[in-house]
Amino acid sequence: MKPTFAKTWQILRNESVRTPDDKYIRVGMDSGGIAAGADRLFDRLITEVAAAGLDLPVRRVGSYGYAFADPLVEVKSAGSSPTLYGRVDEALAAAIVSRHLGEGRMLDDHVIASRRRGTVISGPVTAILVRDTSTLGGDKTQFFKESFEAELADLGQEGSVQVVRALDLGIYDEGLAVQLLPSNVTYTNVLSRDISRIVSESVGKQLVLEHLLWARPDPQLRIVLRNCGIIDPESIDDAIHHGAYEGLARALTSHTPEQVIDTMKSSGLRGRGGAGFPTGLKWELTRQPVADRKYVICNADEGDPGAFMDRSVLEGDPHAVLEGLALAAFAIGAQKGYFYIRAEYPLAVKRIQMAIDQARARGLLGTNVLGSGWDFDAAIRLGAGAFVCGEETALIASIEGRRGSPEPRPPYPSVQGLWGKPTSINNVETLAAVPWIVANGGEAYSRHGSGDSKGTKVFAVTGKVRHAQLVEVPMGTTVRDIIFGICGGVQDEVPIKGVQTGGPSGGIIPEQHLDTPITYENLTELGSIMGSGGMLVMNQNDCMVDVAAFYLKFCVDESCGKCAPCRVGGYQLLQLLLKITKGKGKPEDLAMIRRICTSMQSASLCGLGQTAPNPVLSSLKYFEEEFLAYIEGGIPYARKLKKAMEEGRNLREVAQ
Amino acid sequence: MNAAVMPPLRELEPEVQQRIDECVERWSDQEGNLIMILHEIQNDHGYVPREASLLLAERTGIPLARIYEVLTFYHYFRLVPQGKHNITVCNGTACYLKGSARLVAELEDRLGIKEGETTPDRCFHLETVRCIGCCGMAPAVVVDKNTVGRVAPVDIAPMIERIRIQEETQP
Amino acid sequence: MTTATLKPTAATATVSATINGMRVKVPQGTSILDAARAVQVRIPTLCKHPDLGPTSACGLCIVKIGGSRKMPRACATAVEEGMSITTHDPELTEVRRTTIELILSNHPNACITCGRNTNCELQTLAAEFGIRQDCIPRHVRDLPPDVSTGSIIIDFTKCVKCGRCIQVCQQHQDVWALSFLERGINTRMAPAGDILLAESPCVRCGQCSAHCPTGAIVENDETAAVWAALRDPNKFCTVQIAPSVRVALGEAFGYPPGTDLTQRIYSAMRRLGFKAVFDTNFSADLTIIEEAAEFVERFTTGGALPLITSCCPAWVDYMEKRFSDFVPNFSTAKSPQQMLGALAKTYFAEKSGLDPASVYQVSIMPCTAKKYEVERTDDMNASGYPDVDLCITTRELARLIKQSGVAFGELPPGEPDSILGTYSGAGLIFGATGGVMEAALRTAYFRITGKNLEKDAINIRAIRGMDGIRGATIHIGGTDVRVAVAHGLGHVEKLLLEVRRARDAGEPPPYHFIEVMACPGGCIGGGGQPYGVTDELRTLRTRGLFDGDGGMKLRFSHENPEIQKVYDEFLGKPLGEKAHLLLHAHYKPRPAYQR
Repeated sequence: MKPTFAKTWQILRNESVRTPDDKYIRVGMDSGGIAAGADRLFDRLITEVAAAGLDLPVRRVGSYGYAFADPLVEVKSAGSSPTLYGRVDEALAAAIVSRHLGEGRMLDDHVIASRRRGTVISGPVTAILVRDTSTLGGDKTQFFKESFEAELADLGQEGSVQVVRALDLGIYDEGLAVQLLPSNVTYTNVLSRDISRIVSESVGKQLVLEHLLWARPDPQLRIVLRNCGIIDPESIDDAIHHGAYEGLARALTSHTPEQVIDTMKSSGLRGRGGAGFPTGLKWELTRQPVADRKYVICNADEGDPGAFMDRSVLEGDPHAVLEGLALAAFAIGAQKGYFYIRAEYPLAVKRIQMAIDQARARGLLGTNVLGSGWDFDAAIRLGAGAFVCGEETALIASIEGRRGSPEPRPPYPSVQGLWGKPTSINNVETLAAVPWIVANGGEAYSRHGSGDSKGTKVFAVTGKVRHAQLVEVPMGTTVRDIIFGICGGVQDEVPIKGVQTGGPSGGIIPEQHLDTPITYENLTELGSIMGSGGMLVMNQNDCMVDVAAFYLKFCVDESCGKCAPCRVGGYQLLQLLLKITKGKGKPEDLAMIRRICTSMQSASLCGLGQTAPNPVLSSLKYFEEEFLAYIEGGIPYARKLKKAMEEGRNLREVAQ
Repeated sequence: MNAAVMPPLRELEPEVQQRIDECVERWSDQEGNLIMILHEIQNDHGYVPREASLLLAERTGIPLARIYEVLTFYHYFRLVPQGKHNITVCNGTACYLKGSARLVAELEDRLGIKEGETTPDRCFHLETVRCIGCCGMAPAVVVDKNTVGRVAPVDIAPMIERIRIQEETQP
Repeated sequence: MTTATLKPTAATATVSATINGMRVKVPQGTSILDAARAVQVRIPTLCKHPDLGPTSACGLCIVKIGGSRKMPRACATAVEEGMSITTHDPELTEVRRTTIELILSNHPNACITCGRNTNCELQTLAAEFGIRQDCIPRHVRDLPPDVSTGSIIIDFTKCVKCGRCIQVCQQHQDVWALSFLERGINTRMAPAGDILLAESPCVRCGQCSAHCPTGAIVENDETAAVWAALRDPNKFCTVQIAPSVRVALGEAFGYPPGTDLTQRIYSAMRRLGFKAVFDTNFSADLTIIEEAAEFVERFTTGGALPLITSCCPAWVDYMEKRFSDFVPNFSTAKSPQQMLGALAKTYFAEKSGLDPASVYQVSIMPCTAKKYEVERTDDMNASGYPDVDLCITTRELARLIKQSGVAFGELPPGEPDSILGTYSGAGLIFGATGGVMEAALRTAYFRITGKNLEKDAINIRAIRGMDGIRGATIHIGGTDVRVAVAHGLGHVEKLLLEVRRARDAGEPPPYHFIEVMACPGGCIGGGGQPYGVTDELRTLRTRGLFDGDGGMKLRFSHENPEIQKVYDEFLGKPLGEKAHLLLHAHYKPRPAYQR
C-alpha cells in the first residue's frame, strides 16, 4: 500500500530478528520472582557463567506463571531441550552452571516438567523425571528413583540415562508419574512392576507403553501469556524477535480501522476487566463520534486482592500491551494513549515506560508511525491506591487529577470520556490479546471458547491450592479442571469448600458446582462473576462468614464514599457480619443483611457498590448454615471457631 | 489530620522549592499531571508536606482544596512522614486466608502500635496493603523493600529484632 | 461555567416517553427527575438541588426503565425517546426506605436542637417514609464543629455528603473553601486542606448554607444576642432592614415569594422593642451618591477604571484574596449596612441627644458575609464606635419574630423613623443583581448631564436579568459608558481577566464600571435568605424589588430629601472630608490560606 512504509518495517524487523538461541539461561524476574530472590540469582548466574568461562546469554524474562515455584530459572544447553527449575536458591544456581551446564547433569527436586507431552519416542532417552503424585501416604519419589536406577544399571544404561526427582510434572493424584526426556512421553500410575518394562521397552527399544501413557492434552492455551517467561521484557529486540508489532505493522499496511474493528468483532473478544463488554463493539462506539481528539486508555489498575494476571503480563510482555493499545488507537482514531497503572506495581511501571521509550526510538510510536502517516503516542499515568479507579469514569477522574469518584453513565466514555473526548478504556489482558488476534485473524481466536465467551482467559489461582499459579485456559474449561487438573487440587489434603471468582465483586462457587464450564453467563448464573480473573480456593478450614466479611471489608475500605447506599450500606453490612462472627448475631440480622444488600445492589452508583454485596449474598446462598450456626451457637461457638481457624483445623469437624 | 493538631508551617528550603518548581515545569504542558506531580513530591520526601502542597497550589493555580481532596482520597499518599523502617503486611485474599491477620496482630503487639501508625521513636511504620501480587508466597510481608514470603507469627519477633540490632550497631 | 446549570438550556428537539404509564413530551436532555414533575410526580431526592447539577450521591431518585433490572438515577438520566419509566413501585419504595434508614444511621438525628428542625430535607423524607425506629445502629464520627468564622457554623456530623455545598463553593462560586476529604465511610466535607473555615479562602457568602439539605451548615444564629441587647436598659437599640429582606421574609410566614412586607417589618421591629427603625434602602441611596461621585470623578479625571462596586463583603473578601491587583479599582464607598451604622452612631445620636456609646445598631441582612463585614477592618469603627453592633440574617429575623409572639400577618403597617428611613426606588433595587449599577447610573447620568433620565429610560433593562454576566453601553451626555454586571462569584474571573488583559496590553479598559454580587441573583439570593432558593424564586424576589421601584414616585437617590438633608446638616459634600472618614473604606491583599 505504502512501499516506503513496508520497507521500514522490514528493516526494523530484520534488525531485531536473530538466530534463535541454542543455549541460554532465563531468570523469571517478575515481582513475584524478585520477591523470592530472582535478582540475586540473576547476578549470581552471570558471575558463575563468567567464572566458568561459558559463552551463553543470561536473560531476564517475565513470569512463566508458576508462582508456587518462584524463583524460576530456565536453562538450555546447546542441542538439548530447555529445563525449567523452580524454587531456585543461590546454591542451586551455582549447581545449574557447574552441574547442569558443565557436566550435563540435571538436578534433583527442582525440575518443573514440560506440559507439552509426547506420544512417540524418536531417539535415545536421556533422562527420566520421576515424581510420586499421590497425596496419600509418604512420598515414594526417592524409592522409585532408586528402582529406575537399579533397572537402568541392569541394562548398563546408568551412565547415559539420568533419573531425576522432579518438583512438579503438572499431574496430580495419578500415582507414580514419569516423563521421559527429550520426547516428553509421560506415564502415570506406574507401579513397581512397570519400572522394568519402561526401562526395557521405552528406554531400551524406544517403544511407547500405551496403557501407561498420559495422553490427556494440557488444558492450558497461551495466547495472552504467549511470551511471558520467554522474552526479555526490557528488550524490544527480543520482543520483535518473538513477533511483537507484526499485528500493528499488518494493520497499518493493509487494514483500515474498520477492518481492525471487524476483526475484533469476529474474534468475539470481550473485556477481560470483568464486565465482559465486547471489545470490537466498544471500539466501534468510540470510533463513531466525531471529535477533534480521542483517547485510548489501558486500565492497568489491577486491584482485586489476590489477582496478579495483569501485573504478570505488564511485567512479562509489555510490548504486547503497548501494541494492543496502539491497535486500539488506530481502530478508533486516537492519537494519544495512556497506561493507568497502579503505583504499587513499580516494576510494571518501569517496564511499560521502557517499552514506550524503546518503541518511540524505533519509530513505532510518535509522529508518522513506521512512515504510515499515522501519529500515536503513549504515556503512563499512575494510580495511587484506589481500587474504585478500575471503574471507567473514576479512572478518568483520576487521570484528570480529581478524586476517583465514579460518575453516572451515560454518557459513556466512548462518547464523553477523558477531557470530555471519546475514549476507549481496555484492560491489560484484553489489549495483550489484540495483537495476536490481528496477526492470526478473528476466527483463529473465536475457535476457542464456549458460547458467547470466546478465546482464552487468564486466572490467578491462589488460596488453599497446592500450586498457586497463573493459568490461561480456553473459555469453557471447568473450574475443577483448573483447580485439580492444572493446580494440583487443594493444599494439605483438606477437602475443598469452594472457589471464589471475581474477587470482592464476585461470589463463591461451591464444591457441587465446580464442573461448571467457565463462561461469563454461567458464572453470573451461579451468583458470581467472571471478574478480572482471581480464583481463590477455600477448604474446610475456611469460614465462609469470615471470608465474606473479608471481601466486604475490602470494598468498604475502597468505597469512594460518594453515594450513600455504598458508603453507609457497606459499612453497616460489615458491622452486621462482624457482629455475627463475634457470636452476637440475632436471627433478624439476616433479614437486615439481605435488605441492605438489595439497597446497595439497586441504588449504588457504580459497579463497586452494586457488586460489593455479592460475596455476602453468595455465602448466604450456599452456606447459610454457617451464619445460622454462629447465631445459634452464640459467643462460645464463635470463640471455638476462631481458635480453630487460628490453629488451621477443619471447621466442619469443630462445628459438629 | 485534624486542624487542631496540625503542625505549624515551616519555610521550604530553597532547593526543595526549586525541585518542586522544576517538577511543575516539567509537567506543566502535560495533561493529567496533578497526581504525577504529587507522586514525585512524595518520592522526594516520603510524604507530601503541607508546605509543598501550598507551593504547588500557588504555582499551578490548582486550589489547595482540590490537592487535599486528592491526597486524602488516594491511600498511596501520606501527609505525615513515615517511620525509618516500613513493615507492610500484604492483606490480599491469599495472604488473608493463610493468616495475614495474625501477622498484623503479632506486629501490633510487638511494636505497640496499630496498623497505619508509626512508633513514637519513628523507627517503625506498620501498614497493610491490599495485594502485592506475591500470592504464591502467601502470607507475605514487605520489610522496607524486601519481600519475605510464607511468614509465620513466630518469624515476627526475630524480624523486628534484626532491625533493632542493625539500628543500634549502625545508627 | 455555571450558566448552563443555573438555567435550562434552550433545547429545540423534544422526546416522548411514558412515566408511570402517562405520556410526557419534554425537551431533549431533560432529566427524568424534571420530566416527572410535568406529570405531577415527585421523585424523592436528598442531593439534587434545582440550582445544581446532579451529584448522584443519595441514591434515592432511582427509577426503573423498561424491563431493565438496573435502577438508574432520575437526576442524572435524561429522558430518551420511547422510554417507559416507573418512578414508584413497592420495590423502589423499599429500596428508598432502606437507603434513608442507612443515611439516618450515619446522622446524629438530634432534630430537636438542630438549626434545620422543621425544614430539614432529611427530616422530611424520614417523616414521609414513616420511619419510626432506628433499625440500624448509629455510626457517627466524632468531629468537632467549625465555628471559626462567626458567620457560618459547620456541624460535620450532620453532613449527608450530598455534595451540594462543595459544588456551589467550588464550581458556582469558584471559592474552593469546601471540599471532600478522605473516602468511604470516613468521607467528610471539610474546609480546604483540613484547616478552619476562617483560615480558608471562604468568603462567607453562605451559599453552602443556603443549599445544605440538613443542618450541617447553618448561619451563626445570634437571635439570643438581639434579645440580650433589647433587654439591656443601657442600650438604645436601633435596627436597619436591607433591601432584599423585605421581599423574602414573607416566605417564612406563608406569603408568596416576592411579596413586599416593608411596612409590616417596621411594625414588627417596633413591637420587638427597637427604639428606632431605619431602612438600609436609605443608606443605599447614600452609597449611590458617594459611589456615583467617585465614578464621575474617575471617569472625568482619568482615575482607575473600571470602578468596581464594593458593597458585597463576600465579593470584597474574594477580591482581596484572589484578585488583589484590582484594589485600586474598588469603590471605597462603604456598603449601605456600614454607612447606615456610621450615621446612626454619629448624626442620629447627635440629633437625638444620645450618647453614641449607648446606641446599639442591629442590621437585618440577607447575608452571612455581612456578619463578617461588621468587623472586617478598623474602617468599620471609623466614628470611634462600631458602625453596626450585630448583624442577623433574614432567617434569624423570621425566628426572632416567631419568638416575639407577634402575629406577623396581622400586624398593621408601620413607618420607619423619619431620619435615615426614607428611600428612593434606586435604593430599593440594590437588593437585586444589576440594581446597584442601575441606581448608580441614574445618579451618574444626572451628575454628568445635569438632568434626570427620561421617564421611559429610568429602567435600564439592558443590565437586568439573570444571565451570569451582562454588559451594556450606556450613552451619557455624548459619551459611551461601558458597564458590566456579574453575579455568582464563578462569573467574575472571566470579566476580570478581560480587564487585566486590556490593562496589561495598555489598551483602554473594556468596561468603565462593573457591579459584582457574590450570590446568584444578588442579595435576594443571599446566603442568609429563607431556604429553597431556585432561579424561579430569585426571579420572583427580584420582581418584588423592581415592581416596588416602578411604583415609587422617588426613583433617584440624589432626589431623596433625607439624603440631601444629611449632606446639608452633617456630611458636607460627597467625597468630602467627613464623608471620607465615615463612609469610605480601604482594601488590601490578603492570603487565601492562613495555614
